[in-house]
Formats: sequence, structure tokens, C-alpha cells
Amino acid sequence: MFASIFGSVEQGIIYAIMALGVYISFRVLDFPDLTVDGSFVTGAGVAATMIIFGYHPVAATAVAIVIGFLAGCVTGLLHTKGKINALLAGILMMIALYSINLRIMGLTSPNSIGRPNIPLLNAETMFIQFQSFWGSLGIDTAINNFFSLLGVQFLPSTWGTLFIMTIIVFIIKFIVDWFLRTEVGLAIRATGDNKKMIRSLSANTDTLVIVGLGFSNALVAFSGALIAQYSRFADIGMGIGMIIIGLASVIIGEAIFGTKTIVRTTIAVIAGAVIYRIVLGLALRVEFLDTGDMKLITAVIVIGALILPQYFEKKREKTRKAKRHAERLAEQRISPLKGGNGVAETQSD
Amino acid sequence: MLLKLNQINKLFNEATPDEKIALDQINLHLSPGDFVTVIGSNGAGKSTMLNMISGALSPDFGEIEIAERNVTKLPEYKRSQMIGRVFQDPMAGTAPSMTIEENLAMAYSRNKKRRFRKGVDRKRREFFRTSLETLHLNLENRLNAKVGMLSGGERQALSLLMATFTQPSILLLDEHTAALDPSRAELITNLTKLLVEKDQLTTLMITHNMQQALDLGNRLIMMDKGQIILEIGFEEKQQLTIPALMDEFQRIRGEKLTSDKALLSV
Repeated sequence: MFASIFGSVEQGIIYAIMALGVYISFRVLDFPDLTVDGSFVTGAGVAATMIIFGYHPVAATAVAIVIGFLAGCVTGLLHTKGKINALLAGILMMIALYSINLRIMGLTSPNSIGRPNIPLLNAETMFIQFQSFWGSLGIDTAINNFFSLLGVQFLPSTWGTLFIMTIIVFIIKFIVDWFLRTEVGLAIRATGDNKKMIRSLSANTDTLVIVGLGFSNALVAFSGALIAQYSRFADIGMGIGMIIIGLASVIIGEAIFGTKTIVRTTIAVIAGAVIYRIVLGLALRVEFLDTGDMKLITAVIVIGALILPQYFEKKREKTRKAKRHAERLAEQRISPLKGGNGVAETQSD
Repeated sequence: MLLKLNQINKLFNEATPDEKIALDQINLHLSPGDFVTVIGSNGAGKSTMLNMISGALSPDFGEIEIAERNVTKLPEYKRSQMIGRVFQDPMAGTAPSMTIEENLAMAYSRNKKRRFRKGVDRKRREFFRTSLETLHLNLENRLNAKVGMLSGGERQALSLLMATFTQPSILLLDEHTAALDPSRAELITNLTKLLVEKDQLTTLMITHNMQQALDLGNRLIMMDKGQIILEIGFEEKQQLTIPALMDEFQRIRGEKLTSDKALLSV
């Protein structure tokens, strides 16, 4: 139990970067960007390919981020300059990227042009490199000793991945928070909120959509590059349904933690990504469910996250109204002279 | 001349049975500091003319000059550096999910290049606060409130401030009081007067309220069927009354104006 939750948290925090990307396109720009399914794999493919070629994993990840940015920009160009519907522009880019990703990964194969899978079993990844530093600190043994005192039986082999990922995710969160409050960031938010208004304030909404989608997909590709290094393979199918996972994280996070300010919303999205992984991990422990049911479970989680808040809100409103009504009745009983004005009072409230 | 419209023509739904002449040989010259009120019945082409100036629409023929510069082909977002706009719909001029100070910050960057620097810093916040104080709506104490929470009148006052506080070359007001109740409309009218006079802004204001058209500004034009049918200068406008204006319309068009409820509203 503990081991499975730990694994979920570890993965969730890596996927959180992707969820932040989806938050920017879907919520901030109000642009349902399906490029994500493709650009996630692009990030993974580029990073894996470069690592196989012997580049430093950090350099490989950086290049993956840049390529992701470019992919997002192309979707933006299709939508703004090509006047293609937002959904369609994303879908077109997604299927185009499928072939491009095969070609990118194919660079590692001497006898074929495309390649659907790159294992990174013995390759140097960011996590392995960090581990060699982390391991020398002896923190793992200290934490694990503490947990075994508490009676936890399945202890993770290392806390290093979780540690470094938490730091990276929070750095990304602060960058996103800062970015969305810069002059450019404000204009991007307004583009998603009221295009007519921001255009009348001399902002080029086309450029803003392109930059915003670029930024969003850069984060998605970053997440893809990290997942490839974490799970030690890149696969052409690893991006299927990624947009829904991102959306699930955004919706769950917003439903639980609210959206009062940007700072609060980005933390909600990160928490949403982790919660989604935990729920998924727990669901998969149910006996008759199989890993193949993952997408179905995802769909059920998203539907739940969309419907349940409405239900609770309605219920809360009902109790609140009932309470108000009861109070008013009690008031009238105390001062019967005012009772005759009861109807008028209700109206003026 | 600050603004010149030369022979502007525009057809809507060209080459279809619904073809309509929106603007027909419009010529209009504005000097710096002019405050022109525009009246006319629905479909007269008033809003179309404003959209031509702002760049939201482009003319089929004709040229537009702002401050001696031909802007006919300049895209809307570039022209907006020189033009402040307030729309009829109070929802249209502000971003509802963003705070008051963030909306002001976006308006503040209108005539500057937007950079990767903080939109609202301490210095700007102070400036926004003092600017909001001129509205007397207590908005200066609600800088972090989301604009979606404000009432229509408050939002329209904020839009007006956002349109004017970077001192645009031209201010375009498209029936910006029409969607408000009478007391709020009066508040916005007074604010308009105040803000325009403060910076001597060159202004074009469309209105359906004839009294407002007579009270505000130094010039008045009347439009009908895509043409400017009447231009009234400062001295003449001082003595003008609503009945006189309606008689004038009847004399020019040879038809009675009384059937048009919108134009009659006082």
C-alpha cells in the first residue's frame, strides 16, 4: 500500500509539469489544445534519442523543451494565421507529430527510418546522475529507518527522485506564477478572457496565442522528457490520452483547492496531478481491474470531478437557504407585530 | 487635422440579396481637442464608422489618417496605441476573471511595448489608486477584486478610466451609457465630461440620447443611411434644441423622424 502510493506520488509530481502546461492552454488561454498528446511524446523521444547518442541528460531535456515550444507555436500559427478551428488545429498537429516522433526516435536505429520504442535501460538519465550524488548523503537510510520504526514494511529504494522532482516542480510553479503576472502574461490571460478588450488595448492576440501555446507545450515536452528518463523508455504510444490526464489534474485540483488567485491555482493543479495518480493507483489495486482499464478509470475520475462539485454546491445552497428560512421564521415568532410584513421583508432581502 | 476620413465607403454582404450600403462617401475631419457627438437612427452607420477608425473593420474604398499618418492598412492592435475605446456592453471593455489592478495594468501598457516585467509594481499600484480616486466609486480600496464582481456601472467607469488614462490621440465612445440605468448613465456621462476635459481628448461619441448629444461636446453630426446628413459647429450647437434638431432632419430627409423611437428618447 505505502509503496504503491509512494510510486503514485513520484509519478504524479512529474506529470504535474504537464498538467501546468494544460492549465495554461486550457484555462488561461481558453484553448482546448490537443497537441499535448503529441508533444508529450516529442519531449520523451527527443530526450531519449539524445541520451542514446551520448549527450548529457540535462542538455537532452533542454532540447526537448525547445522542440515542445516549437510544436506549440505551430499549433498557434495554424489557428491564428491559418484560421483553423482550435480543436482541429490541435488534432492536426497531434497526428503530424505522431509521424515526426517516429522519425525522431528512428534516428537511433541504423536499419530503419522510424522507431516506436527506445529503451534506456543502461543509459545515464538525470535521475541516475542525481542519485549518485544523493546516495552519498545517506538521507535514504535515515528516512527509511524512521519509517520502519513506524512499522511501514515496503520502503522505497530512494527518496532522491521525489526530492529533486519536488524542487523542480516548485521552480516551474514559480516561473509560471511570475510569467502570468508579467505584462506579457497579463495580456495572455486577457486573450483567454476577453479578446476584443485586449485587442483594443493594442495587444497582438495572434502572437500571444502562439507564445502561450508554445510555453504550454514546452512544459508538456519537459514532463515527457522526465517521464522517459524516470521510466527508462520512450514509446510512441505513451502520449495517448495525455490531454485528458492533464485536464483531470486541472479539474480535480481546482475542485478541491479553488482558483482564487494564480498562485493558489497552480498549486491546486500540482496537487490535482498527484491526487489523480493516487486515485488511479488505488483503483488499479482493485482485483477485477486491469492496467488496460486505466483510460476508463481516468474517464470516470474526470466525470466525477466535473459532476460532484455541482452536486455538493447545490446541497450546500439548499442547507444554507433552509437555515436562512428557519431563522426568519424564528424572528417573526419573537416579534409578532412585524409578522404582517413578512412578505415584504422577503422581497427586500 | 488629427483625424481625417476621406471618401470612406463600405458595403455589407456584398454581391448577395442582403447587400447593404453601410457607409457612403463619409468625409470627416477632427481637429485636436474636438468633442463630436454622433446621433442617428439604428443602421445609420454610426458604429460602422467608429469600427473603421479603430481598425476593427476596413473600408472598401477611402482613406483614414490619424495625425497626418495614413493608417488605412494598419492593423487594429497597432492602431489601438493611439485610440482609446469604450463599448456599449459593460462586459466588453474589461477582463472579468482578472483583478481591477491587473485590468488597469493592461491598459497602462497600451502605448508601450509589453515586456517580461511585472505588470503591477508598487509605483504603478500607487498611480492606479490615485487614478481610481477620481471616479469616487471606492474602487481604489478594491484593487484586488475581480472585475467580474463589479456592477455594470462600475465596470463602465473602469473601462472609461482605462481608455483615457494613457491619453490616447482619439477617444471612441460607442453608446457607452446605453446599457445602464438612468442614474448610472448620468454618473458615466459626468465622468466622461470630466476625463475628456482634463486631458483635452479628441473624442467621438455615439449616443441615442439627444439631450446628451446636445449637452456634451463642441460639435454634433447626424447620420442616416450611411451618410453624414448634418454637421453642426460650436456656436450653432449652443442654441440647438431637440425639436429644432428633429425639424432639421425632416427638412433634409423629407420624412418624419417621429417613427424612430430610439432617436426620440430623451
